[in-house]
Amino acid sequence: MPSTAVPTSDAPARPRIHRFEVQPAAGHTDPVGESLTRSLARLDPDHAPSEVRHAAIYLIEGALSIEQLDRIGRELLANPITEQFEIGAAPIQSGVSLVEVHPLPGVTDPAAESVQVAVQAMLGIEVEVRTGDRYDLVGVEPDTATALIEATCANPVVHDLHVEPYLPRTFPQGTARPFEVREVPIRHLDGAALDRLSREAHLFLNRTEMQAIQAFYETAGREPREIELETLAQTWSEHCVHKTLKATINYREVDPGQGVSITGTSEDRPHHVRISDQKIRIDNLLKSTVAAATHELMDDGIDWCLSVFVDNAGIIAFDKEHAVCFKVETHNHPSAIEPYGGAATGIGGCIRDIMGTGLAARPVAATDVFCVAPPDIASIPKGCLHPTRVLRQVVAGVRDYGNRMGIPTVNGAVWFDDKYVGNPLVYCGCIGVMPRSAVEGAPGRGDRIIALGGRTGRDGIHGATFSSAELTDTHADEFSHAVQIGNPIVEKTALDAILAMRDEHGGCLFTAITDCGAGGFSSAVGEMGEALGATVTLETAPLKYSGLTPTETWISEAQERMVLAVPRHNLVRLAEICEEYQVEFADIGEFGNDQRELVLLHADQELGRLPMKFLHDGVPMPTREAIWDPEWARKTYHHIDVSKAALSSDIPVGGSLLDETALLLSHPNIASKEWIIRQYDHEVQGGSVVKPLVGIGGGGPSDAAVIRPVLESATGLAIANGIATGLAVDPYLMGLAAIDECVRNLVCVGADPDRIAILDNFCWPGCDDPHWLGSLVRAAEACYDGAKAYRTPFISGKDSLNNQFTTEEGQSIRIPPTLLISGMGIVEDSDRAVTMDLKAKGNVLLLVGLTSYTLGGSHYAALAGLVQGDLPLVDLEAGPANARGVAELIRTGMVRAAHDVSDGGLLVAIAEMAFAGGLGVQVDLNMVPVDDDVDQVERAFAETPSRYLLELSRKDVSRAQKILGGVPSAVIGKIRDSGKMEIVNNIDPCECSLEFLRDAWSRGCDRALGEES
Amino acid sequence: MSVRALIITAPGINCDAELAHAFREAGALVDTLPLLRLSRHPALVDGFKLIGLPGGFSYGDDIAAGRVLATLIRKQLYPALVAAIERGCPMIAPCNGFQVAVQAGLLPGPPPGGEWPPEPAQPSVALSINSNATFRDCWTPVEVPEDSACIWTRGIDFDGPQGVLPSAHGEGRFISADPMLRQLGLSRQIALCYREGSNFNGSSRRIAGICDPSGLVLGLMPHPERFTRWTQHPEWTRLDPALRSQTPPGLQMFRNAVEHAASVGVA
Repeated sequence: MPSTAVPTSDAPARPRIHRFEVQPAAGHTDPVGESLTRSLARLDPDHAPSEVRHAAIYLIEGALSIEQLDRIGRELLANPITEQFEIGAAPIQSGVSLVEVHPLPGVTDPAAESVQVAVQAMLGIEVEVRTGDRYDLVGVEPDTATALIEATCANPVVHDLHVEPYLPRTFPQGTARPFEVREVPIRHLDGAALDRLSREAHLFLNRTEMQAIQAFYETAGREPREIELETLAQTWSEHCVHKTLKATINYREVDPGQGVSITGTSEDRPHHVRISDQKIRIDNLLKSTVAAATHELMDDGIDWCLSVFVDNAGIIAFDKEHAVCFKVETHNHPSAIEPYGGAATGIGGCIRDIMGTGLAARPVAATDVFCVAPPDIASIPKGCLHPTRVLRQVVAGVRDYGNRMGIPTVNGAVWFDDKYVGNPLVYCGCIGVMPRSAVEGAPGRGDRIIALGGRTGRDGIHGATFSSAELTDTHADEFSHAVQIGNPIVEKTALDAILAMRDEHGGCLFTAITDCGAGGFSSAVGEMGEALGATVTLETAPLKYSGLTPTETWISEAQERMVLAVPRHNLVRLAEICEEYQVEFADIGEFGNDQRELVLLHADQELGRLPMKFLHDGVPMPTREAIWDPEWARKTYHHIDVSKAALSSDIPVGGSLLDETALLLSHPNIASKEWIIRQYDHEVQGGSVVKPLVGIGGGGPSDAAVIRPVLESATGLAIANGIATGLAVDPYLMGLAAIDECVRNLVCVGADPDRIAILDNFCWPGCDDPHWLGSLVRAAEACYDGAKAYRTPFISGKDSLNNQFTTEEGQSIRIPPTLLISGMGIVEDSDRAVTMDLKAKGNVLLLVGLTSYTLGGSHYAALAGLVQGDLPLVDLEAGPANARGVAELIRTGMVRAAHDVSDGGLLVAIAEMAFAGGLGVQVDLNMVPVDDDVDQVERAFAETPSRYLLELSRKDVSRAQKILGGVPSAVIGKIRDSGKMEIVNNIDPCECSLEFLRDAWSRGCDRALGEES
Repeated sequence: MSVRALIITAPGINCDAELAHAFREAGALVDTLPLLRLSRHPALVDGFKLIGLPGGFSYGDDIAAGRVLATLIRKQLYPALVAAIERGCPMIAPCNGFQVAVQAGLLPGPPPGGEWPPEPAQPSVALSINSNATFRDCWTPVEVPEDSACIWTRGIDFDGPQGVLPSAHGEGRFISADPMLRQLGLSRQIALCYREGSNFNGSSRRIAGICDPSGLVLGLMPHPERFTRWTQHPEWTRLDPALRSQTPPGLQMFRNAVEHAASVGVA
């Protein structure tokens, strides 16, 4: 036990570390402790402590008198009403085990930074601070206590655990290291040696790429320097240049299966060249599919795309004065290792993309989609976190970053499949608004390179660690890889300052801006300087601590940093704004040099010099082989894994259609996500129009969100997504279904289908095998066909192509190919937006679109154990026509409620509308418009795309059907004030209360998390 | 003539724009100024007739919500703000603003009939972690105690489907010692309560907002600035069109304050 560190008042204060404990005062509750007590009881009822008590720990290093310490405790750290503080450590009581959780050295500690600011303001004294948490667990042994805390609120990747009160004598400090300009001889290396160098230096470049670099230096007549190789590796990484999606691909089709034959339609596809009957060559897959669709649509009259695929986000026109931009990123691997920090920095990075689009956009909404294993998964491989923990913590990460940034998270999904166990997917999206004059920027020659926001540390450097030689903490070595904790307030102040600079009276102070993401300064400056060249003085970058080498400074991926190009004459004003907004900045170099080179200096010494042309155009684009064989796909990948145990235990399996409906409503994919949604401030900024939960008491799931990104304007923006991994067995079908779903969701809230822009995010298990690459090609081709048919241009996208987990036994668990389509659409008048809850008795339900017999890939099929079955194929004529027909009806104002028929099928969608509206509904499945011989179960539960449910007044039906013209529709139900859902005219008529259905839906998510009370 | 409203921002404040919008909708002109500039030039506050302390996560709220910003305001801006209140300036502090105000000595204010102390008082009420320990975004039905001194909520009908306000916070549980609670009631300083059954954060006496004895300074956890148009209401697509032709209660609160400020003859 450390002694309590109270100096006597007569001794002069010397700098030392003082420990504060802050805990609830007597008679006040301990919500953190109580909440943890409940969580631990759920986790392991047999070994849970009877009580957990929590205290916040502050370690403050400084020359502080006893009076000053007392003031810090009283005025800053503890609330005088509800809390008490103690300097030192309260004794551990008998029968109690103590566990303390402290961030590892170098891990961002936002609370510590706050205390430093406040102590400086209060006392005018500079102090250094670290924070931690103390947990006293009553009635468990120390080992159990440590295990329980590790399982719930600590992660060895970022945290250090102590079983006694922690009070170090000094904080670990970095020390300056001498550096040298290191050359890496490669000119003499053979292929095998190049491979070895690439691997050992963590360059992750393949042999062809290493050979291209070797050839460059042979011509240059010298050896590369370390920083040059690092720069090339960053710039040429899959993450930065999308080598797979931009590669030339030879695609062979054994048999198209159920979807379209790509080889058979190659004549209609740009840059697709037939080599033989079954084989085609595709030059640059991305450009020939996703981007080609956009460019063809722009040539064909779509004039509202303002910037596509070139900037950090795609930009479309919003109204005459404003543009909106959208970007969706993934942050899968960091989230697998440290879900809280991974998800938080995921959303943080995506927000920075928006801040760095054009001449800066203001973020107005965020989205998140998580793919995780179901909570009741049978076995969790060693090295994987439990999926419940992953989900809870990614939600907490997005919550804490998004809420602090003041960006409403308005749309999302959670998708469950066993195969996400080792490699969960975390998609984070962000939407921004900007004046149309700020859509484009470009640095000018002579503009200064300004780094703004957070300081640079070793965070996120691949394989980099704090070496134990520098630090006294023995666990420091474990701080590793790309795992980081963000500090949203640093990003928020940077955003405020940047917007002030953009909106400066005399015009924007900067000519270009981008964020520091993957590759850090290396990528940001490298990209911005591509046309002009750039000279960087690395010693001028502000560092979090000393001891970084210039190379580390250059490639660090530390969070919350932006790079701006600023004309010299604007620097004074920029400095004033930064000072007022409390943002740090540094002038780290200049854009433009004679040879169009990237020149890296440190204290006037040249560390590296590379021509921009080689850096950006030098990466060899290989030709890759791809095969599509539906038989292989069927064998390799079955469709969605769902476990019945996760579902409601009190609903009979094999009961009536309504029992099955209830079971589907409780499926974790479909069930209410209220526990997530309400943790997000989804209404901050005041622009909310259609919230994620709608209807009475927010009792129903909205298809999409609608916001007013510009508060003064009634024009709305709808935001939605589509995801259809149930069809992953043929990614062509999956891609079309995802686009159709995204469009349906947007149209249902009132978006104009002629003003919808979409984004692609491919998360693939791997593309090393030609079969997997073949499946990727099919998804990309679906993007082309879908975007053109719906006239929904892709404006931005991203891919993550290596999502698999290798178990200790060497077995690979590959995720299902997962294509997320995100979309935004303009709602002409947000006052006329539509929600999905039924509004009035006496109205009728109109089903638009045909239902087919294809149960394959549906949630029902998975529940019923139907392994095979025909999969639905989107009809590319009917789909867009249905969407436009529905939008036309909404425009007339006659539609009282609209909901797309989606996961779970028709009865699930009707049930959601009914309980959200608190009315009742009578459904006649015989009236469902079908395309062939379709039985009752298929009518009830098939997930046929392109279908919509609309509530209309009975008198409007004939006018509606006239407007719909050739689009098939029929009245299939009546809205009643019965509180019941009834299936009539059926062989097996049935009814149930809405309560029964609502309960299945609303408790489904608690059940999925094992939280059912 | 329009009245001018001052909105004070600081690192981590993020509801400044929506608060400014609400003031503008109610007819005020708005300036948003960073605390740092005001601390250096406290006289800037003199030019305003309305003041807003917006919501957000000031300085990250990492120690406790509002703690650091309150520390700075106590030290740097308290006299200027008190002078403004004394000359009749209505002030609103939603969410993080409320958390700041109770720790900066701005609420509950001086004893009834007494003067504002020259130095900020120690906190006598607290906004603590919600009883379920999680952040929550929800709309709740609210009510105004009949005799409340608050000028912001005066005459607003919160009885009916329109009588709801949105909240979004993790630290909004109002706590105070019993004598203080009694005094707040006696001096008509309870400005807003969650209705029976809607006290989601576990506040004492369901208190959602309090005012100073003059009724000018309102601190509250809900965000009235997020209910200035009907399409913000969570069930607006179900509401009676006749109801939707009236002024939303959130906007009416700002109108009340703007009218009050205009009626006070301050420069």
